[in-house]
Amino acid sequence: MKGLPVLALLLCISSLYFVGLYLFVGGFLLVRLEVNRTSSCGDVLQPAGEPVDFCHVQPRLRRAVVLIIDALKFDFARYDHSNAAPRPYENKLPVLEEVTSSRPSHSRLYPFRADPPTTTMQRIKGFTTGSLPTFVDVGNNFASSAILEDNLIHQLGQTGKRVVFMGDDTWESLFPKKFHRSLPFPSFNVKDLHTVDDGILQHLYPTMTGDDWDVLVAHFLGVDHCGHRFGPDHPAMADKLTQMNAVIRSVMERLQNDTLLVVMGDHGMTDTGDHGGESLKETDAALFLYSPAPLFPGPPSQDEPEVVPQTDLVPTLALLLGVPVPYSSVGQVLLPLFPPHGQTEGAVEGLSQLEALWINAKQVNRFLETYSSMASDIPPENLSQLRREFSRLSDQYLSWVRGGGPPPPRLLFSLQSYLSSVRDTCRATWARFNPFKMAAGLVVLAFACLTCYVLSELSVVLIQENARRLRTPVVVALVVGVSVAVAQWFARGYADVSWCLAASALTSELLFFWTAARSASWLSHPLLVPPLVVSLLRCASLLSDSYVIAEGRVVTFLLFSLALYVPVHLNWCGHLVPPTPDPLKAAGLLPSPTLSSSAVRKETTTLVGGVGLLVLSLYLSLSFHACREEQGSCRPSPFLSPLSRLQDSQLKNLHYVLSVVSLALWTYLLKRCLSHYGNLNSSGGAAFTARWILPLLSVFLGIYWAVSSTPEDNFKDLGELIRLGQLTLPRAVFCLLGLGLFLIWLDPLTVFIKLRSSPSSRTSSLPPPRYRASTSMSPQAELHHLIPQIYQRMRRSLEDGEVGEGGGADGRPAVEAYGLGTVYSAPLLLFCGLLGVGLLLLHPEGMALSFLLLLLEMGAMLYIHASSTTLRGHHSGGFTVSWPPIVMWSLASSQFFHATGHLPTFPSIQWGAAFVGFPEGHSGTILPASLVALNTFASHALFAVGCPLLLFWPLACEVRGSRGGGGGGGGRACGDEDEDAVMEMRLRENPDQFSSALLQLSTRYLFLLGAQVFASVSAAAVLRRHLMVWKVFAPKLMFEACSFLVSSVFLLVGVTLVLRVDVAVAQWFKKVIPEASR
Amino acid sequence: MWDHEIKAMASTHAIIAASVFMATVLPAAFVESFSVYGTHLVWIYAVSFVVTVVSVAVFWLLGVTPPTKKHTLGYKLSRLFRCCLYFFLSCLFFHTVVVLYGAPLIESALETFSLAVLLTSLTTLRCLCVLGPNVQAWIRVFSWHGAMSVWDTCLQITVSCTLIGAWFGAFPIPLDWDRPWQVWPISCSLGAVIGFLTGLVVAPTWIHYHRKQLTYKCK
Repeated sequence: MKGLPVLALLLCISSLYFVGLYLFVGGFLLVRLEVNRTSSCGDVLQPAGEPVDFCHVQPRLRRAVVLIIDALKFDFARYDHSNAAPRPYENKLPVLEEVTSSRPSHSRLYPFRADPPTTTMQRIKGFTTGSLPTFVDVGNNFASSAILEDNLIHQLGQTGKRVVFMGDDTWESLFPKKFHRSLPFPSFNVKDLHTVDDGILQHLYPTMTGDDWDVLVAHFLGVDHCGHRFGPDHPAMADKLTQMNAVIRSVMERLQNDTLLVVMGDHGMTDTGDHGGESLKETDAALFLYSPAPLFPGPPSQDEPEVVPQTDLVPTLALLLGVPVPYSSVGQVLLPLFPPHGQTEGAVEGLSQLEALWINAKQVNRFLETYSSMASDIPPENLSQLRREFSRLSDQYLSWVRGGGPPPPRLLFSLQSYLSSVRDTCRATWARFNPFKMAAGLVVLAFACLTCYVLSELSVVLIQENARRLRTPVVVALVVGVSVAVAQWFARGYADVSWCLAASALTSELLFFWTAARSASWLSHPLLVPPLVVSLLRCASLLSDSYVIAEGRVVTFLLFSLALYVPVHLNWCGHLVPPTPDPLKAAGLLPSPTLSSSAVRKETTTLVGGVGLLVLSLYLSLSFHACREEQGSCRPSPFLSPLSRLQDSQLKNLHYVLSVVSLALWTYLLKRCLSHYGNLNSSGGAAFTARWILPLLSVFLGIYWAVSSTPEDNFKDLGELIRLGQLTLPRAVFCLLGLGLFLIWLDPLTVFIKLRSSPSSRTSSLPPPRYRASTSMSPQAELHHLIPQIYQRMRRSLEDGEVGEGGGADGRPAVEAYGLGTVYSAPLLLFCGLLGVGLLLLHPEGMALSFLLLLLEMGAMLYIHASSTTLRGHHSGGFTVSWPPIVMWSLASSQFFHATGHLPTFPSIQWGAAFVGFPEGHSGTILPASLVALNTFASHALFAVGCPLLLFWPLACEVRGSRGGGGGGGGRACGDEDEDAVMEMRLRENPDQFSSALLQLSTRYLFLLGAQVFASVSAAAVLRRHLMVWKVFAPKLMFEACSFLVSSVFLLVGVTLVLRVDVAVAQWFKKVIPEASR
Repeated sequence: MWDHEIKAMASTHAIIAASVFMATVLPAAFVESFSVYGTHLVWIYAVSFVVTVVSVAVFWLLGVTPPTKKHTLGYKLSRLFRCCLYFFLSCLFFHTVVVLYGAPLIESALETFSLAVLLTSLTTLRCLCVLGPNVQAWIRVFSWHGAMSVWDTCLQITVSCTLIGAWFGAFPIPLDWDRPWQVWPISCSLGAVIGFLTGLVVAPTWIHYHRKQLTYKCK
């Protein structure tokens, strides 16, 4: 067969999609320009007029201790006396309450609201630079690079303050070489609750009592990791918070009079302990301020802020410590910390409220001016309004300073509202798009979808002419791309890669259409058949946020409808019920049925059974869904949390047994299927993998689950062993998996030949004389002619003696070849099975059930497809796979994305997958990222690899129908039997049809996936100012794009495997034919 | 060609549609604060009951129902019993299908079952009236060449319209519009009834315009 054209075409079409996605994403995801200027001591001025060196004024507080307790939710910090039975996370920080009530002018507790995304690195950036994050930053959590913008740490260092840092090592990568002294501890291992905290505690108190510091930053990670690992509602959280309480208390005891203590959380957490989104539970952390010297002018008054935005900490700390406010901060000073003008009673001194606000407003105004001169994304009307407002305020303020007297009454308030409106303007405009790139991406994607569809319709023609038609577009595209790059180079001095790609993709698509439109009528088929309508509905559903939120159920609903459609449609066409004996038929007026009635009945039973299994697994799979925060009353599946989180040991055992049983069933079903078709008899690599590696993998996985769910505390003596097991078992699984996949690749044939013969019978196994007569043909033609004949001989004696004896009566049973009928599908199935076990390793244990359902559903769909093909009697013409099974296949991949506990939102990414086999964390970023990607898109990968099975399964199943017919008919002609029993060898007989069918199947699958991507891209483009765009559509777009990427890569892997098998089969035949005809 | 049947069908359908209308309007006189949304289950059962009674009466009067082979009382009784059984089984069947489609399993089971009853009385009952309690005939009717009379074609159209209506009725449920008719199962039952009424209109019209092409095999 022609393998290369198929692969080349698939590569081309996927790269077209990739270019479109790249363009769109480049224009859609928001970018904020970083202003690389820094504030200095001279430029933030006291209002008086002549420049004063800001930094040399005696600051109000000389030193500060900043304790950052990661994920310190506001609920954790609140103390409720009336709560008699607190949850593990409630009332565990009594020290905060004690101090705020007993020393109200020394301390305050505020809710501290973070800006989404609530991931740790983004938050550290936020509360050191005082700027607002943009969407793009989300992905940087793995490889956090140094902060280049002006920030608090930089300012502190510049003014000669010695900053000592200890804790989360993210800081070290964000602020390399900025600290006077730093003690970073590894942060990435979520399962490790104590390393970071114990490390800090070891050094915190000695450092505090020493005099080698001015600002001490300690970032505790235990609470956050505890939330990730156990969730907030777990005794471990109570322990952790109690520990933090003790830490705060002893730090307070060691504070000196000129020192400020800040205890804060960088973000909150959801009820499951995750964060990253923008729900109030995630954004609301706690902020606690304390100083042994009076900090506040009085007890809490009416105008206390209800919630403190996280950016406001930056200017406040800067002014309290006497350093310039970082250049790009858009925060607002916390007024209660500053005394009102003229009120100098008590020990509170330094800047008054008005002065602080004025400095703040001036700094913000300066940033605004600089930013608007660099970038034009802030709307000019907003900008001019802000400018007018500032000049009015500055006039008012300066005249008051010059004139003296009581301050204008409204000035304080107007300064505050000016600062808030600047922040709101910035927040609104840092959602900035590049409409040209977006439009180009959309156009390229739309044309890519069309191209894909046309390719799938033209596959036969394309394969026949060896894909020559595609050469021109590709060459022209390359030329255009390069020339655009050169033109850009000459015109502007640099080349923008995206525009070159856009130009070449568009020209290639348009050229392809032009050639396609000239030659063939490719819109012959009606487009509005129900399966495509279902797929259209699926795409349309991506345009509504409600449907995206309920996507798991929507996909299940559509898949269920399609599953019911198949038998109903077959019945409508009259294929489902055996035809009643009809006088018309006997008279020859109607075509006689191709299948006997008993065969029809058998196929119908299979079909109905398949539909039943499909429906059942669809329904059961609904119970594995996770919940989005928008789904109010939803409860996440109990199988989603890892076993180590379960408290009840009986429940734990039950879950474990269930998981192991489903894993065993997965393995058993695969082996059963392979041995049913006789693929396990050979001694090749693939059969070895199926016989030994697959069971071994499952055993290892089962042991690993047991080890990882054992609480380390219960078995102190075994702790070492458990740790060893957690390290080695998954790695062993990875190695075995690699070995198995490699063996399948190396030796994919699962055919076992048995020469059942003494030498004499071997001589008698000579082919009948007519082959000898054909020696005059060219060897190539002879080969083509011989293969089916030889195959049929082998086939006659396949598996059981029954048919073999039939052959024996014919005279000469020659060769038995076990498993030749499923030579293509067996390695693919095995590949899927192995990959499935590997992917299951990355999931929580309970997902084994869901994976079993996935396998069952795959099988059900394959059998439905096979029997409906048989019932329709489509064997005679081509191997075309019709739309319904492909649509079902693509829907099922999205359905199991949800049914394996995933959601298209960032907080729901199962980061734990990165630590399977690497409990100590990683040094690089590629490995953990790919592990997480494999975990997230497991179902897409599995279904994409298994996609070619749709082509093989009807062929692998056809033998049953003919046999049943033979049995029912009580002795049909031997010739029929022979013709029917060719199974997948049909594909070898018609290599061109095989290639075109494979191409058609893959392009159809890619078309469906691409249409989904296009729909979600259009949703993001059309609804880019929608309320839900950052919460629903943008994450959905990212997930859809990634899933497309994973799917297309794995589809290519599957197709390549098929081609590899084909090469191996060709070699095998070359080897066998001389042997058999010897 | 089929003028007589088409006329009969049109008038039958008019009667049934009118009865659905009455079932929506009349209960207000008996039930306090009756409304389609507020007391939805009452409406469902009213419509189901009225459609059942009217269809049975009309089809019996018209004599569309295939004549029984035997005329003994026992046979008729057993036939009646089988009809009731099939009606009940069909309710269970629809209930199962609706639950599999994603309806809640335990909570609001009564609502789901009411929807199943409505669907049964709009679809299965008609099958029972036209074809009798004979599942094989039902399966046969829903195929390309399976219709053996104008009434069979009409059955095909109304049943598929009803089911498609109920299917489309499920679409608005996930939307966040907070409308009263988005509550389960109101949109589905409304969809089913609207589909049914559409089917009642479409069936005679379609048959009228295609009466030249319609040919039926004799039994």
